[in-house]
Amino acid sequence: MRPRPPTYDKFRDVQAELDKTGAAIFRDVDRVESLVIRYPYSITYIHSYAEDSPFFLGLAEGKLRGSKCRRPKCGFVYATPRSHCMVCGAPTEWIDLPTSGRVHSWTTCHFGSEAFLKETPYNLAMVEFDGVGSLLLVRLKDAVESDLYVGMPVEARFDPNPKYLVTDIWFVPKT
Amino acid sequence: MPARSKARTKSRSAPKRSAPRRPALTPTTKARKVFMVTGGVTKFAKAHPSMDFRLMVKRAYDYALKDIPNLTKDRIDGTRISYFSDHFSRQLKAASMVQDYLGMNPKGSVRIEWGGATGGECFQAAYEAVASGRMDVCLGAGYETMSRVATWKGNEFIALASDTNFDFPLGGFYTGYYALMVVRHIYEYIRRSKYAHVTDEREAQRLAIAEGARIMSLVSVKNHRNALHNPYAQYPKRLTVDDVLRSEMISYPLTREQICTMSDGAAVVVLCTEERAKEFTSKPVRVIGVGTGTDTMRLADRPFGQVPLMPKERASDYEDLQYPGIHSFRAGRAAGLEAYRMAGITDPNRELDFIELHDAYASSEIQTYEDLGLCKYGEGYDFTERGDPFLKGIDYGFEVPGAGAIPVNPSGGLIACGHPVGATGLMQGVFAFWQLQGTIAKHFGDRTLQIANARRGAIHSHAGTGSAVTVSILERGF
Repeated sequence: MRPRPPTYDKFRDVQAELDKTGAAIFRDVDRVESLVIRYPYSITYIHSYAEDSPFFLGLAEGKLRGSKCRRPKCGFVYATPRSHCMVCGAPTEWIDLPTSGRVHSWTTCHFGSEAFLKETPYNLAMVEFDGVGSLLLVRLKDAVESDLYVGMPVEARFDPNPKYLVTDIWFVPKT
Repeated sequence: MPARSKARTKSRSAPKRSAPRRPALTPTTKARKVFMVTGGVTKFAKAHPSMDFRLMVKRAYDYALKDIPNLTKDRIDGTRISYFSDHFSRQLKAASMVQDYLGMNPKGSVRIEWGGATGGECFQAAYEAVASGRMDVCLGAGYETMSRVATWKGNEFIALASDTNFDFPLGGFYTGYYALMVVRHIYEYIRRSKYAHVTDEREAQRLAIAEGARIMSLVSVKNHRNALHNPYAQYPKRLTVDDVLRSEMISYPLTREQICTMSDGAAVVVLCTEERAKEFTSKPVRVIGVGTGTDTMRLADRPFGQVPLMPKERASDYEDLQYPGIHSFRAGRAAGLEAYRMAGITDPNRELDFIELHDAYASSEIQTYEDLGLCKYGEGYDFTERGDPFLKGIDYGFEVPGAGAIPVNPSGGLIACGHPVGATGLMQGVFAFWQLQGTIAKHFGDRTLQIANARRGAIHSHAGTGSAVTVSILERGF
């Protein structure tokens, strides 16, 4: 036997109760009562980078790799790599990208999803490179909102302790 | 210079090929005519803890059936059921539980999911079931219960609909992606025109962003204000431009009032053949056009090419424009073109009386005006300021000389109604249906939002960063 959980008219009080005891009753404006429980749910994935793997292994070696369509008549160059060309469907080959480029667009995030809230505020930038047909989305560090503009020259930095995540690379204003 | 910037320079001298045009669709050759005969919506709310998804759908369904007593459950041949995220439900195969709760077994059904455009796709799936001859009467039902997790966890779930290798780990934040898009949109269309004379690049961009943010705020004021007359809306309110600009900064330059919220809610539509429609109602609404479009999942991969042209546009309008880049939604243009072609529409501003448009962000509403050809690319801000998408006869607190030209989001849109993803596109279908029936007063208990003599309207549903868009066109059928 378990005593009936406490009843609340405000949902935020329900949430507070769940954090304490794991169960509460919510009573809505029509006096309908609903039992609400705390129900944790977590998953650890076995995430394979598969055909994108050389990009992430490259970051860990301090290299920024894009890909280039192998078909000479196409030859499209991707900053965010794809193992097959989006334009013509041919396989691509890995290439080294320049480690400096320009800001194509940017923002400063004052919020983020739960996993990243503690990192706010952070800057995101789409970076464009000479001779490359697509962009790369990155974090932009060592700069605040008022420093940033479209066209700003930026250069890459690599994490000395790589985590095999896209955040192993970030960009900073070019000195 | 990057490759595309070279192309931009070159294109000034070399004329572009006009974008290829597909032959006109002839929708009547094999497809059957499809009519909407009823719909229902639950009030969208931050949380409906006393209703689970099954009960929410049931409430919307009961409302729809009550509206046309000749329609009974046995007349429904099958269903299409939509919800976006299994993470929010923590219940896989939840659509089966909706089918079950409505007592629809053993009729045919399938679950529809297409990101933010889930509801719009469900509407079109129901359309296709009838148009193809597979069903005479099809129920389209959608819902989302987003309140079962905290807001920032919810943002994480939504951001899982971005590339988890390259995009999600950077912050997992959709508002950030739309902010990147609008900063570039402002750069293309305000900095390069209105502030072309300012030589200091940073200063020019700051001024342009401030101007863009001010104009985006007009959209937020409009949608929140319209919603004051919509009892289904989650956040109706009277705001000023300053209120919007001073609300919390979420991702520069987008503030809280320029962004839709997470919601609990459900919506249903019933689509059927012409013969059945006549049995059920004296006020049917015909679906005369459907279109869909897609684009790359990653913003980084969007091409720098040519604009697929609307009938009124010429290739020479866009000689210097690299399209869509990250500033426009090619999927929205493709969906609009297909739907217009099928409906025989060549001038949407004149031939549509209103649009219910997917304004998850005030910025994307302005970007979408351009995609749907309500104005040319680059004219969205002027179009907004002129007031064309505002309703006539409502006091917004500022002058809207063009009001009534082509009202957009008369219901209040996602920004004010809320965005329970799997229901949203269907909600638009229901609001458009009531507009075209002329029954807004009956369903809203307030006739302010009724557009006089509305004959034809469009609904527009949009998935993550514009990776998929649907446009459907409805016309009064009586």
